[in-house]
Amino acid sequence: MFKRLPDDARAAVTIHLDGEPVTAREGDTVAAAMLAAGVDHTRTTPVSGAPRLPYCMMGVCFDCLMEIDGVPNRQACLVCVRDGMQVRRQQGARRVSA
Amino acid sequence: MTRAETADAIVVGGGIFGSAIAYGLVRAGLDVVVLDEGDTALRAARGNFGLVWVQSKGQGMRPYHEWSRESARLWNEFAPELEDATGIGVGHQNAGGLQFLLSEDELAKRRADMAQMQQEAGPDSYDVELISRDDAQKMLPDVRIGDSVLGASFCPHDGHVNPLLLLRALHTAFTTSGGRYRSGRRVETIRHDGHAFVAETADGPVTAPKIVLGAGHGAPRLGPMVGLDVPIRPQRGQVLITERLQPLFRMPVSHVRQTNEGTLQLGNSTEDIGFDDGTSVDVTRTIARRAVLSFPILRDVRLVRTWGCIRVLTPDGAAIYDESQSHPGAYVATSHSGITLAAINARYVAHWIATGEKQPGFDRFSARRFDVQAAA
Repeated sequence: MFKRLPDDARAAVTIHLDGEPVTAREGDTVAAAMLAAGVDHTRTTPVSGAPRLPYCMMGVCFDCLMEIDGVPNRQACLVCVRDGMQVRRQQGARRVSA
Repeated sequence: MTRAETADAIVVGGGIFGSAIAYGLVRAGLDVVVLDEGDTALRAARGNFGLVWVQSKGQGMRPYHEWSRESARLWNEFAPELEDATGIGVGHQNAGGLQFLLSEDELAKRRADMAQMQQEAGPDSYDVELISRDDAQKMLPDVRIGDSVLGASFCPHDGHVNPLLLLRALHTAFTTSGGRYRSGRRVETIRHDGHAFVAETADGPVTAPKIVLGAGHGAPRLGPMVGLDVPIRPQRGQVLITERLQPLFRMPVSHVRQTNEGTLQLGNSTEDIGFDDGTSVDVTRTIARRAVLSFPILRDVRLVRTWGCIRVLTPDGAAIYDESQSHPGAYVATSHSGITLAAINARYVAHWIATGEKQPGFDRFSARRFDVQAAA
């Protein structure tokens, strides 16, 4: 659905979504990289389990929550990609071990 | 455009107090209009902590303790009734509740308060017990309690609900039962035209033989127009909200509770600073620190929101329910415990307003209890 602009010359960066490599561009937020890669959902909701993609892209709606480098429930629209980054879909509510 | 309306009863205020009473009144067969102020109002109904709480209620006024406990009991039928009527589950849980004691001073004060309330109960039960940290841990087996916790008081009648879903359920139940909810309708004046009360708003008057002030901090301005004194003051509480977590808490603690949708609410601060409903770093820090001392795992849990909310505080902390002596048919109902009292407000209080029949001892809740001056 989303296409990169033709004059975007930024360097490619490889991140991993649930262990699978995804190509992003330097300076992408994780949320933008997910949308550019055509990912079908980036989390499931805690209340109904419905799939979600990033929405507001500006830190407000919390629809883009993902586990990023081992930290759950991060707002993917507020984190920039880094080569080798490990990203996972946030499945429902965060599990904390007591 | 102005429009005139008539009804059997006007309820001023569409928060938890006003909505619960209004719902009870339509259920009792009255034709009811709710006049709600709008987004500029303080709206404690939208910022509160969601506890159905009994253990600390009514110290120095036993009837209020019994009133709160009866409401907590009624909640067990009220919540399913609302869900049946609206399809909205309000997340009610009545598994008991804990108040944590984090120092010898807190422990001693709680022990003394409980002894006083036990004495005030006389031969009746008080049903609050001091328990050890280990016993509290058994009640919260999924989250480790910090070493700073010396003990807790436990009351089996305590519980909680989701207050925002409750407000929506009350509004939905009210309107689907035929009630008329009017938002953006600040009541400017109330007068009696010889036959009925007339509530004037910028969009026109509403006329009814009964009028109920359930308007929180809006009530002190309106009360004197119908001979009602409403001696309340504002008290701010700040609330912190965390990211959503898998279920950790099997029951609420008075300063930490997990909502039915996974977030934690941290709170229980009190500040007397007027009507400023903002937040402050020092208080949020204190709330967060106490939460982390109580449950060390929270150190790594992310906060997503904070807000301030203005409580309605009466001089003795108990509710005020009054009918005007000079203007019969005008009522006031107010307290900071709108969630706890929602069930009893929808039942007994609405029944009183609809029929005049009072529960035994109900007159104790009149604001006239504050009229007697202490000897100098």
